Amino acid sequence: MVLLVGAAALAAVSACSPASTQKTYVVTLKDLMFGPTPPETHVGDTIEWVNDDLFLHSATAQDKSFDVELKPGARVAMPLTKAGAFDFFCKYHPGMKGRLVVSP
Amino acid sequence: MLKFLASAAAAAALVSAGAAHAQAAKLNDAQIAHIAYTAGNIDIAAGKQALAKSKDKAVREFASEMVRDHTAVNDKALALVKKLHVTPQDNPTSQALSKDAKAKLDSYAKLNGKAFDKAYADNEVAYHKTVNGALETQLIPGAQNAELKSLLETGLKLFKEHQAHAEHLAATLK
Repeated sequence: MVLLVGAAALAAVSACSPASTQKTYVVTLKDLMFGPTPPETHVGDTIEWVNDDLFLHSATAQDKSFDVELKPGARVAMPLTKAGAFDFFCKYHPGMKGRLVVSP
Repeated sequence: MLKFLASAAAAAALVSAGAAHAQAAKLNDAQIAHIAYTAGNIDIAAGKQALAKSKDKAVREFASEMVRDHTAVNDKALALVKKLHVTPQDNPTSQALSKDAKAKLDSYAKLNGKAFDKAYADNEVAYHKTVNGALETQLIPGAQNAELKSLLETGLKLFKEHQAHAEHLAATLK
């Protein structure tokens, strides 16, 4: 049984190993602002949106490529599946803006 | 003589501005917290009225946002005053705000449909402008406690966002 669990753990690790080149970047929202986005990301990477603010926010692409609802305290992982430059904003507080650049 | 009168009037205006300033400077943190909390509650009440009366999708979304955001700030404010062992203190500014807000709620209760939507949106623009001004010139500079000051600064950012949103909403209802 222990062996089986060990095998399952190994399988899990090996399933994750191709992801070693794929990175997760945290973008934090606080005081009605988006924190800085990474200067460079690639398809396959993940953006983790962390809402450290008191308010409900969203990370919504101008071109509707993504629209992530972020409750106060929420952490939401968003895999990057499409290359491009995405201007995004909070649909509840449209003064909150940012830009995400995703390379192929 | 005319010159004398003019300078006397200018001096009187200065004295009165000075008195207003002295009064503003006298607000303590317990009063400032009360004013900020009252200002938030007024917008929550207006938002709830809009949710009860309006059928316009954009107006309802805006009103929901006002209720949600101001409730979040006020909950935080309540937790802060509890932590600081401060009891918010009623004062003439809070009383004037509440009286004015009650009159507006009563008058808007008689409106319906587009007339209500427009009155609500226009008033939200004016109200957020007024509160922004008070936060910037009076409440934030007057706050002594750093955490209260910081929460008021968050409140100001929020109110500015809401003002922009209200202006956009009011423009679409014209």
